[in-house]
Amino acid sequence: MFADYSWSELGSIFAMQGFAGLVLFSVFVLMALGLAIIFGQMGVINMAHGEFMILGAYVTYLTTNVVEAVVPGLMPVSFFVAMVLAFFAAGALGMLVEMGMIRFLYKRPLDTLLATWGLSLILQQTYRTIFGAREVGVTLPDWMMGSLPLTDIIEIPINGLIVMAITLAITLAVAFIMFRSRFGAQVRAVVQNRAMAGAVGIDTERVDRLTFGLGCGIAGIAGSAFTMIGSTGPSSGQLYIVDTFLVVVFGGATSLIGTVASAFTISQAQSTMEFFLSGSMAKVLTLLTVVGILMLRPQGLFVLKVRR
Amino acid sequence: MQTDKKGAAPRSMLRRKLMIGAAALALGLAAAPKLGLAQTPPTSEVNTTDLAVTDDTVKVGILHSVTGTMAISETGSVEAEKLAIDQINEMGGVLGRKIEFIQEDGASDWPTFAEKAKKLLVEDKVAAVFGCWTSASRKAVLPVFEQYNGMLYYPTFYEGLEQSPNVIYTGQEATQQIIAGLDWVSKEKGAKSFYLLGSDYIWPRTSNKIARKHIEDHLGSKVVGEDYFPLGATGFNSVINKIKLKKPDVIYAIIVGGSNVAFYKQLKAAGIDMTKEKPLLLTISVTEDEIRGIGGENIVGAYAAMKYFESLKNENNEKFVAAFKAKYGEDSVIGDVTQAAYEGPWLWKAAVEKAGSFDIDKVREASPGIELTTAPEGYVKIHENHHLWSKTRIGHAQTDGQYEVVYETKDLVEPNPFPEGYQ
Repeated sequence: MFADYSWSELGSIFAMQGFAGLVLFSVFVLMALGLAIIFGQMGVINMAHGEFMILGAYVTYLTTNVVEAVVPGLMPVSFFVAMVLAFFAAGALGMLVEMGMIRFLYKRPLDTLLATWGLSLILQQTYRTIFGAREVGVTLPDWMMGSLPLTDIIEIPINGLIVMAITLAITLAVAFIMFRSRFGAQVRAVVQNRAMAGAVGIDTERVDRLTFGLGCGIAGIAGSAFTMIGSTGPSSGQLYIVDTFLVVVFGGATSLIGTVASAFTISQAQSTMEFFLSGSMAKVLTLLTVVGILMLRPQGLFVLKVRR
Repeated sequence: MQTDKKGAAPRSMLRRKLMIGAAALALGLAAAPKLGLAQTPPTSEVNTTDLAVTDDTVKVGILHSVTGTMAISETGSVEAEKLAIDQINEMGGVLGRKIEFIQEDGASDWPTFAEKAKKLLVEDKVAAVFGCWTSASRKAVLPVFEQYNGMLYYPTFYEGLEQSPNVIYTGQEATQQIIAGLDWVSKEKGAKSFYLLGSDYIWPRTSNKIARKHIEDHLGSKVVGEDYFPLGATGFNSVINKIKLKKPDVIYAIIVGGSNVAFYKQLKAAGIDMTKEKPLLLTISVTEDEIRGIGGENIVGAYAAMKYFESLKNENNEKFVAAFKAKYGEDSVIGDVTQAAYEGPWLWKAAVEKAGSFDIDKVREASPGIELTTAPEGYVKIHENHHLWSKTRIGHAQTDGQYEVVYETKDLVEPNPFPEGYQ
């Protein structure tokens, strides 16, 4: 298929393709981080993850609309204000859900699947009632749209760069919280041995609530960021949920490094195959590869060594 | 209805005057119900098959998804059908009977559609059903309609390859939508190479098959790529790179649902400015409804081939748009399918009146040849094959989310659900 093209064209396309893979990688990491915390660290199968993301997207929609109407001068930075609000809105809802539902189910992890699935349906219908069944268009600041042309063919999408930057920032922040802060130490302690953690004076219920809130908050940020590249509708969250679980499970549920590594593997495989094959076929092959590897390594790519 | 028993003579005088007035105004049907009971045939005559018809009401069903993923698309159809029913009732109803609708929710789930269709036909005994949106939901209810002999008015443009005695298809079938559009880009824009894209299910695949045949066999042009994405896909950067490499004259896109938003946003971000028309983008799946989610600024410059655009300039459409906005708010938009859904109740009313009966078999027999001069899209007519003769138009997307109509076929395009040589 390359016979008709010059070397410079091919070089440019491979550069673009590499960039496309990196953007997809960032998207995967961003959507999977929140779930990795909730599923990986707490063992809760959160089927409503996508709906928490969409909450973030709707908060972004509302914020940008309000900013546009009230203080149009702030429009260029409205998106980042929205992102912070999205974090707190989704986080707060997450904590509420933890208090009202999840905490009764820690001993029955499989039931969390059903309960959160129900929650996702409830949330979808709530969005539909409040915002209408149709998708909403989020007005983004002008500087965030468009591309930076480097050569004739190579054009770097600005929103791709922004998604990458956000992903990097969030990943570093999560790594810091989980591995360098007191709260992170408590979370890891609770994950490894709940009874013992309680015995040394850690308020395990509070840690659970905050962890769940943090995971949902990050989902909110992801949703907010995805208004740049995807749709915002009541059921848009469903578009992400399969890929999200795929990334987390493939990476090894308990390992955050694993999540990042698996996002990288899957995104590169998919983006390369999409280039050579049809989109649907690429997806099929990606899933087959993941299934194959999981059969050989059921625990996922990376796994924490925990004494059970 | 006049109940004054004393003045029989003056009443018939009055009636005659009214009739003259009506004829003079050429209002015809609109004035008929005002003439009172004499015009309303007895129920035993118009309903011999035990439908839910009384002396002053007739029940119909509305069957769409108002919950689940499809609610996004089907909401407009529900709104349009209710508007049409309201307007018909204001004019006095059908055969002197007010239409009452029973609305059921298909919940974006095909078995639910079948179950609700059965309920509408068997329990509620409705005289007609306006509903379904996806082909999957139509295929699910089809056996139910055929078994219990119901009548379905189906509004969506779809892939064709179907013709049921129990369905009237008010949207365009694939060849009506595709061929005129391709001819236009080939002739007006000199397009020679095409890149076909679609969501991965029956409608885009069948449509692209027809498009490929037409491009290769009739236009003598080239298809340089064809790609499908799973429903709900959100990553399009790789295919956009492929498009950049192949440099087609036209991107022919049949992407549906939430994927649309991702596709157009990423296309724009990758530096493909559709207003430059290099490549030109032609779609048959993005109506004004979808643009609300995509954002006008992200799709400006694209072309769409369909039978209806909200911006269409004619008297019928201006009235329709005004009535729709008055009922559902200034912000509401009207897409192709919404308009086709609006035609459903009107076509049914015309068929019932022609048949002089609500009986399904008589309505079916009366349907071919029914003309609707008041349709927002202009004049339409029901073909023998239960599809509509309609014009195909090309719209040019503007930043405000509306299409500007740049071309329309001179004549009505004949529906051809089983196109020979295209399969």
